[in-house]
Amino acid sequence: MPCPISVEAGLDHEITHSQAVNEAIAEEMRRDSTVILLGEDVAEAGTPFKVLSGLVEEFGTERVIDTPIAEPGFMGIAVGAAMTGMRPIVDIMFGDFLFLIMDQLCNQAAKTHYMSGGKLNVPLVVRTNLGATRRSAAQHSQSLHALVAHIPGLKIALPATPYEAKGLLKTAIRDDNPVVIFEDKLSYQMKGNVPEEEYLIEFGQANLLREGSDVTLIGTSSMVQTCQAAADLLAEEGISAEVLDPRTIVPLDETAILESVRKTSRAVVIDEGHQNYGVTAEIAARISEKAFYHLDAPVIRLGAMDVPVPFSPALEDLTVPTPKLVARKSLSICRGELVHDA
Amino acid sequence: MTKSVRKNTEQFLHLYKQMVRIRTFEENANQLYLNAKMPGLTHMYIGQEAVAVGVCEALENTDRITSTHRGHGHCLAKGAKFKQMFCELLGKAEGYCRGKGGSMHIADQDNGNLGANAIVGGSMGIATGAALSAKLLDTKTVTVCFFGDGATAQGLWYEVMNMAALWQLPVIYACENNGYSEYTPTSEIAAGSLKARAEAFGIESHKVDGQDVLAVHTLTQGLVNRLRNGEGPFFIELETYRYHGHHVGDINRSYYRTKDEETAWQKDRDPITNFGRWLEEQDIANSEELSEIASNIHAEADEAVRYAIDAPYPNHGEVDTHVFAGVKHALPYISGGRIGS
Ligand SMILES: Cc1ncc(C[n+]2csc(CCOP(=O)(O)OP(=O)(O)O)c2C)c(N)n1
Ligand SMILES: [Mg+2]
Repeated sequence: MPCPISVEAGLDHEITHSQAVNEAIAEEMRRDSTVILLGEDVAEAGTPFKVLSGLVEEFGTERVIDTPIAEPGFMGIAVGAAMTGMRPIVDIMFGDFLFLIMDQLCNQAAKTHYMSGGKLNVPLVVRTNLGATRRSAAQHSQSLHALVAHIPGLKIALPATPYEAKGLLKTAIRDDNPVVIFEDKLSYQMKGNVPEEEYLIEFGQANLLREGSDVTLIGTSSMVQTCQAAADLLAEEGISAEVLDPRTIVPLDETAILESVRKTSRAVVIDEGHQNYGVTAEIAARISEKAFYHLDAPVIRLGAMDVPVPFSPALEDLTVPTPKLVARKSLSICRGELVHDA
Repeated sequence: MTKSVRKNTEQFLHLYKQMVRIRTFEENANQLYLNAKMPGLTHMYIGQEAVAVGVCEALENTDRITSTHRGHGHCLAKGAKFKQMFCELLGKAEGYCRGKGGSMHIADQDNGNLGANAIVGGSMGIATGAALSAKLLDTKTVTVCFFGDGATAQGLWYEVMNMAALWQLPVIYACENNGYSEYTPTSEIAAGSLKARAEAFGIESHKVDGQDVLAVHTLTQGLVNRLRNGEGPFFIELETYRYHGHHVGDINRSYYRTKDEETAWQKDRDPITNFGRWLEEQDIANSEELSEIASNIHAEADEAVRYAIDAPYPNHGEVDTHVFAGVKHALPYISGGRIGS
């Protein structure tokens, strides 16, 4: 699965995940005057995460629009604006607030192109975030990408690095469909290299981060780092793990996933959404359906524990997959140990 | 001194104590954050004490409130204890919610607090529903729904106000207008008049100085009495100010409000200073008595903080309890209860 632009080419400029988002938006706003940004405290404050600082100074309050705390309202306005010539980027401060915009996003934005027989487009981006362990409790910590991935008509991007954050967001802004992009809020200060020159990352192209022969670790967003760390732990045990980051879950690079699993014969799928009915379930099911005869072990799912995110650090840390847990499960399938108690 | 005057005296002192309790709690919470002893962030109520106290002192223990992300003041004013609150803020097992909720989700069922809420406007439906059940069950209890000026932008409020007015529900919508929603002045996020919005539904509406505990209390007491007699709903806009940042991490505020503005409110309109002065003028208490009240409360808070710091975290086994009512552990339950944990 070659990337349209080589990851190695010209990686000469180190920025944070937060700067990557900022650069992507600034570049696209310069390029296309129909790109506008709406959300709470996106202008002077540059969001509580300070991700958008400086944009209002360059593009003015006509294009960087502070809204009241009325998510369904400004989401609906974005849908209408998108249908009539603008390319809105809607800032949903916490992924948890997606629940407030569900009708506008899932009943309106997602279905308009289809219901109009292809006559109307809704080119908009919802920028939001995911991730627990910030001690923010049950209404500010959820990873809800599986919910929107369930709705036909929405594309879902999950950047894991500054490089991906910038490239995927630029692609999302140019896409003629509604795209929801989830940033890992714990990684805003994480640094990484991006090319000096302009680049895009095509949707549906997984990134192979590490080659291996014993087990494939498929991780999304915040869990990509977890997979990398788990692969290091596994290497110490003599296990060679391949690490794959799908980058977008709609569309999903099934080819890359199946190719890798056919080679390693084992797969562990890791994602920070709840495990029940989640992204890990979807990917595991596709592997089981389409690479069944290549498998030497059951496909393992590791999602967030199926409980609301607890506030107490003593409990919260139990709810998210860790490198140790990923390594332990991988080791046990590589050794042919029974992984289920039943 | 006649009996009724003495009773009033006690009540006045109680209002004062309650405000000092809130401020003391918050100063300690802020310190816990600064000392990196508290997980996460929290939103300080300092400056707005007269609102919570003036309103909640008009309520009985069985009356209900719903609260917000800036909820410590409401919780204390409704009767919560320092120890369980500090334990909750630190994620300890003895907290009001066993450490599962934290600062933004403290609920205190015993005192009628249905919970803080981390979704702006998220409690408006809940409060109105509590008023509906009070009416259907004929409990004669009332509900106060606290929310900020920023929350008035949420459509939910207009939906529930409409129903509350149609069905004459015993609820007060209490909007604490502290001038800002996060980093944006209210004038930039609210068109027209807030009071007129409630009036559009035929709801009797009032505006009151939220820094004047007696004014808040007298107004609320009158409305509560009328709610118990079948009138309502009502709307109150309380003008107030938060002294600290939006949350404890919001230190550099000059890009959205001036230092002068902050100083002016603190100097001229502090609810505790002004009420303390009034108590002295009325010969209800002298300055030594007021300082003694404060130092007793400080000592109680110090002890509660120490207690909470040393208190144990919940056991790991609690992570999947309370997901479903009537189910001890959710994880085996959702797998049909047959396969092991
Ligand atoms: C639905 C929702 N949108 C946005 C937020 C983020 N947020 C938390 S507090 C706040 C401002 C609330 O302002 P206001 O209602 O005036 O209350 P105050 O903070 O002034 O007490 C915002 C935007 C949220 N928690 N919930
Ligand atoms: Mg406010």
